[in-house]
Amino acid sequence: MNDIVEKVVAGDVRTVARLIRDIDDGMPEVREVLKDLYPHTGKAYVIGITGAPGVGKSTLVDQMVAHLRKRDKTVGVLAVDPTSPFSGGAILGDRVRMQRHSMDQGVFIRSLATRGHFGGLTQSTRSAIDVFDAMGKDYIIVETVGVGQDEVDVVRSAHTTVIVVIPGMGDDIQAIKAGILEIGDIFLINKADREGSDKTLSDLRLMINMDHKKYDRGEWKPPILKIQAVFDKGVAEFIDEIDKHAKYLIETAGGLDFRESKAKVRQELGEMIKARLIEEVIDRLTESGDFDRTVDSIIKGKIDPYTACENLVLPIVS
Amino acid sequence: MKQKRRVRVMVAKPGLDGHDRGARIIARAYRDAGFEVVYTGLHQTPEEIVEAAIQEDVDMIGLSSLAGAHKYLFPAVVELLREKAADDIVVCGGGIIPDDDIKELKELGVKEVFTPGTPLDDIVKWVEHNITPRQD
Repeated sequence: MNDIVEKVVAGDVRTVARLIRDIDDGMPEVREVLKDLYPHTGKAYVIGITGAPGVGKSTLVDQMVAHLRKRDKTVGVLAVDPTSPFSGGAILGDRVRMQRHSMDQGVFIRSLATRGHFGGLTQSTRSAIDVFDAMGKDYIIVETVGVGQDEVDVVRSAHTTVIVVIPGMGDDIQAIKAGILEIGDIFLINKADREGSDKTLSDLRLMINMDHKKYDRGEWKPPILKIQAVFDKGVAEFIDEIDKHAKYLIETAGGLDFRESKAKVRQELGEMIKARLIEEVIDRLTESGDFDRTVDSIIKGKIDPYTACENLVLPIVS
Repeated sequence: MKQKRRVRVMVAKPGLDGHDRGARIIARAYRDAGFEVVYTGLHQTPEEIVEAAIQEDVDMIGLSSLAGAHKYLFPAVVELLREKAADDIVVCGGGIIPDDDIKELKELGVKEVFTPGTPLDDIVKWVEHNITPRQD
């Protein structure tokens, strides 16, 4: 086991790749490895990128990697794509836009499928972040469509959360006003050469300015940038904004190490408990056969699902 | 959650060949069979493909070639995997490939080659029977 930890810390690509799959596949053995990796984490800067399909997230990430490499920073990328709810399979195509970095030893790109396990995406992505962190990556970029609470949690756990939109999505912005837009630290209007980018800019500005009282108290005011990721226009300025946000976090939030942030540790521990509890309970009920037996009983009308749930869960947790 | 390991495959297009419709259809068929499919896009060098396959920890690489360079490109991928001690990753090929070449490619370590007209079901079934997600 310690062998794996040593290899991860030394940056061994194959070991890291296999460990991330073991995490994703829910192999119980990885828990010990993650425990031993924890002391080696806390150094990486995590950036979450989210936005609707087709807004240009992968292209943007590709350009970000190029800029960060020019600054001699190493980068890990976790690209999350949806699992088909019907077959359980997935096409992970984010790499297509980033393949030019695949020979660069300072870059590690990994595609993950959402899979759809109970709260598992958040947990396994966060563990994968820890692995990249322990292997010494300076920056870790997590890219996800941001649909559903799991994915929102994933990007929210980053140091800097970036929301990418494109012109002409005004109505969509209205629709999700109370959702993912609230968590953005930086807003990007990609494909800004398209018609309607000024309208999108003013929509976003209006929304952000509604929180002006927060900014008066010195809280971070999310900047909005117009960019054209495919032509690398505005990406350098965007990276500068990330630096500014990092500086803000250091000056006001007392540093960048998640392990010392009460809010982050609370959130992380809470999610870990939730994931572990579900795992233990479901495993136990499936192995004993109680789960299937109860399903049969409900179908036959012998018991209602509410009582059944209580009967199954309470004896385990009490 | 104790999950069954999912088959992870990579579909890649090596070389200058720009025809990826077949590769995309294969990727879709694999997805519908419940595999996780990493697609790398066009114009990949064998080195890029192997590096990506290792980072993605896939069980199999499916190479597509319709431009005649398969005799160089496919064995190059096999050889690089061997050099990187990653030859547990199975290499398959597909595309416009003459029968004589298939024999040669198989001798060089390409596990199977699928030619035009092969039903998608057969290709999927072959993977289901021959590729097991790594067990260790």
